[in-house]
Amino acid sequence: MDSQVIATQPTSAHGEHGHSPHLRHHFATVAQQREAASFGMWLFLLTEIMFFGGMFTAYLIYRNWYYPAFVAGSHWMIMWAGTLNTTVLICSSFTMAMGVYSAEMRNRKALLRYLFITLCFGIVFLGIKAYEWHDEWEHHHVPGLNFSINDFTHVDQRYPQDKPLAPDMAEKTQAYFSLYFMLTGVHALHMLVGVSILVVLLFHAWRGAYTTGHMTTIENFGLYWHFVDIVWIFLFPLLYLISRHQ
Amino acid sequence: MTEPTRHDQLDLEPTLYEHHVVSPKVYLGVFGALLCFTALTVAASYLELGVFNAVVAIAIAVTKAVLVILFFMHIRYSSRLLKLTVASGIFTFLVLITLTLSDYISRAWGLW
Repeated sequence: MDSQVIATQPTSAHGEHGHSPHLRHHFATVAQQREAASFGMWLFLLTEIMFFGGMFTAYLIYRNWYYPAFVAGSHWMIMWAGTLNTTVLICSSFTMAMGVYSAEMRNRKALLRYLFITLCFGIVFLGIKAYEWHDEWEHHHVPGLNFSINDFTHVDQRYPQDKPLAPDMAEKTQAYFSLYFMLTGVHALHMLVGVSILVVLLFHAWRGAYTTGHMTTIENFGLYWHFVDIVWIFLFPLLYLISRHQ
Repeated sequence: MTEPTRHDQLDLEPTLYEHHVVSPKVYLGVFGALLCFTALTVAASYLELGVFNAVVAIAIAVTKAVLVILFFMHIRYSSRLLKLTVASGIFTFLVLITLTLSDYISRAWGLW
């Protein structure tokens, strides 16, 4: 957010070419500056892909390893909550994209509206996620803090066709729930960071920023928000959906 | 007619992409498609498809992710540099999975 500092260089430094006050002096054109900003943001997102990628790979390997435990564990996911949260995140991605469009159109009111709706969707997502975590706590499904194999060594009436697991395999449901809490926890942390940044962006937008032609911050935040949405797009089937019938 | 300045030449540089504003209609279409795919993947999880439950769910997730990357993240309209950057990220992730899995399946046979 130091664009003002750079932009206030003496005009004499620019020689023959007058240009946008938002163009930093080490870039030749506004297009080049935008390109560099997007490129930098994408490099950061690549590190994020590898960060989540390691955990996805761990999930894949342990699911093959302790397959019955992972099936039994995922049968305890709350389907309506996962589906609703997926929908909420997709809606928030849409409103974020519309926010970027509004900044592009230099429409301050629309930008404020869409950022605010995105913020609300983000908070709703975290609320539903907290509800699910609370439910798992109540059922003693939290490895290390509050865990019991009881639900997995007995037949559950919701899944009468499930065979009860042997005690040693039932212990392995902790691998499922550890990965579940790690993946959804780190994802929720990203959501929390996103929601916090959104509050700051709303404040700046309210004071008139991002709608004067310089909107790199909004564009890059949009990329971040969509990325977090994509992570959930993969978490939802892996944790909730793929083991419903095994 | 004056000589074009260095600045003008850079403006004509073909590697600099034309900035493209995506219309709200496109966003709305992608949004609708994402919601449909979500409904589809939930519905598919209720069907008994054996090993294909996972295949269908992952295929739908990949389709949704591609839609988000191409349109919401503007990669469809971005420069070749950005397209290659995204592709290299996905490629590196596939290397991570492939190498790790080939390690697991090529040793301790029958133990996992």
